[in-house]
Amino acid sequence: MEVNMSRKIEMYKAIAEGISQVMENDDKVFIMGEDIGLYGGIFGATTGLLSKFGSERVKDTPISESAFIGSAVGAASKGFRPIVELMFVDFFGVAMDQIYNHIAKIHYMSNGNLKMPITILTAIGGNYSDAAQHSQNLYSLFSHTPGLKIVVPSNSYDAKGLVISSIEDDNPVIFFFHKGLMGLNWMTLIEESIQEVPESKYTIPLGKANIVKKGEDITFISISRMVYECLNAAKELDIEGISAEVIDLRTLVPLDTDTILNSVRKTGRVIIVDEDYQNFSMSSEIVALISENLGLSLKTNPKRIAYPNTPVPYSKVLEKFLLPNKEKIKQTAKNLIGG
Amino acid sequence: MNELNNEKLIELYEIMLKIRKYEERIGEIYYEEKKPFDIAKGPIPGELHLSSGQESSAAGLCIHLKKEDAVIGTHRAHNFAIAKGVDLKRMTAEIFGKSTGLSNGKGGHMHLFDPSVNFSCSGIVGASFPQALGVGIASKFENKDYIAIAVGGDGAANQGTFAESLNLAALWSLPVIFLIENNGWAISVAKNKSTAGNICDRAKAYGIPAECIDGENVIDVYKSSKTAIDRARRGFGPTVLEIKVSRLRGHFEGDPQIYRSQEDFDIAKSKDPVLKFESYLLKNNILNHQQMQAIAEKVDSIINEAIEFARKSDYPSPNEALENVFYGG
Repeated sequence: MEVNMSRKIEMYKAIAEGISQVMENDDKVFIMGEDIGLYGGIFGATTGLLSKFGSERVKDTPISESAFIGSAVGAASKGFRPIVELMFVDFFGVAMDQIYNHIAKIHYMSNGNLKMPITILTAIGGNYSDAAQHSQNLYSLFSHTPGLKIVVPSNSYDAKGLVISSIEDDNPVIFFFHKGLMGLNWMTLIEESIQEVPESKYTIPLGKANIVKKGEDITFISISRMVYECLNAAKELDIEGISAEVIDLRTLVPLDTDTILNSVRKTGRVIIVDEDYQNFSMSSEIVALISENLGLSLKTNPKRIAYPNTPVPYSKVLEKFLLPNKEKIKQTAKNLIGG
Repeated sequence: MNELNNEKLIELYEIMLKIRKYEERIGEIYYEEKKPFDIAKGPIPGELHLSSGQESSAAGLCIHLKKEDAVIGTHRAHNFAIAKGVDLKRMTAEIFGKSTGLSNGKGGHMHLFDPSVNFSCSGIVGASFPQALGVGIASKFENKDYIAIAVGGDGAANQGTFAESLNLAALWSLPVIFLIENNGWAISVAKNKSTAGNICDRAKAYGIPAECIDGENVIDVYKSSKTAIDRARRGFGPTVLEIKVSRLRGHFEGDPQIYRSQEDFDIAKSKDPVLKFESYLLKNNILNHQQMQAIAEKVDSIINEAIEFARKSDYPSPNEALENVFYGG
């Protein structure tokens, strides 16, 4: 087992491996979605599952998101633990009723008499010119709805542990994987997302953030692909004598408020970096949390670098202009510390 | 077992009468403390959609069901809840928003959940169809013969979920019955102004057998349901049953029904399935007036007991509103 620890795999393989190991252990788990069978999922998250488990437990569905995501409710009511894949998060509109009026609320509306252990896998993120209807992040929108847990991993090690925790959780969980982190050979990759992944089954608890870099002067709070923009900014700032702490939240619901507040209490300065739309969002929520708890003890006002409330444009230059990046983070940090 | 003998006919009658009397009583209580009309006041606040006139669809079908079979109802679901065997006391307490209700007052009349008899319902039109598919998938996984009934109105047949679910149910040969309670109205819009063609014909396009039944005769509902349920249990896949029923009350209580002609009311009343069945039972000497009176008294007493239970129960503690958002806190 020790030897295998050196194995580095891409995030898509880590997710598929996690799903596979849960399916081996628990015959109540099955998976449905578009192109998840032979194709292995458009972003690879179900690679190899069909040949291992067969077409009863790995079901290719028609393009009928309401029907197959809604069917998870009925299967869960009979004691199953369905996994469904919503190919792009951008497509949630056609199935949102089943997600937010049923999957999210049935546990509450039944006063806890029914459980909905459903995992929804979905792809997020842009930066490859797929424009307004295939590039969004939208995890904030789902975080706003009571009853859903929200998981947004940034690397293959976390992705495997978190996907296992998601499926084994007795609540509905939406697991957002960023296309740019999956390790697909047809998309620019962030190499650091490929990490050592144990072959054995392991879990990472939902609601536990990861401090990916320690620092003293300022805290960068982020999730998913933006963690790397923060890390790269922090590395360059180190050279300039500014020590930044970088937090990867890993999950938005539950939110690890202790880790956030402890870090900002220490540094007194914070930037929230978010690839999702800025208004009424993850970044808004964290600023509110910090303001309500730390308020006047901060050295400077909290800052946000998020995607402006603008649909995602097609042209490379337009999209890149709007995305948060290392340079924006560095500049904002220097302004906060200098001024 | 489900042979339509006299005993079965009387059982059907008792279920139908229970639904009718329950709805009429709940309808009266609804207006307590609501004058001038204020939807938030009284022992039963909020919207209330009563199912008077739709007794035959629920009774005629549910009498064949087992506890393991799931019924997923609509916003107008008291008829199916009663016919499926949901505990009337706890259901009534839920409608009153009390702590002894099915969900401690968190669901209310449109969101009744009783997992002990596999009953649920929803305030969203057309939401039942996909959910029933999942029960069907589970049944096949487990190699069991339980089935799912997705109830929807004629209005729900115009939702995309209906088309999506028909396709998937046929494709995977799922043990699901799509029961369309066609009462002719989607709130205020008449079916002929909202719905092209015949609903049953839509099923045929997916290769799903369908039957259109006149709900004024519960025996017809009973027979067609039996065929559909047998098919589903034996692994032959879904059926669509469209049952033409009469909505004897408004869409919701307090609905002035300005859109409805006197003629439409008269036709609805002339097709009253409870009265029709009473005449049938009398004419065929299955029950006499005295026996009917005894059944009515029995049903009244069950309903009174449920209402008394609900009235006397406490409201939940306000802070319980924060509980059960997530399993395990």
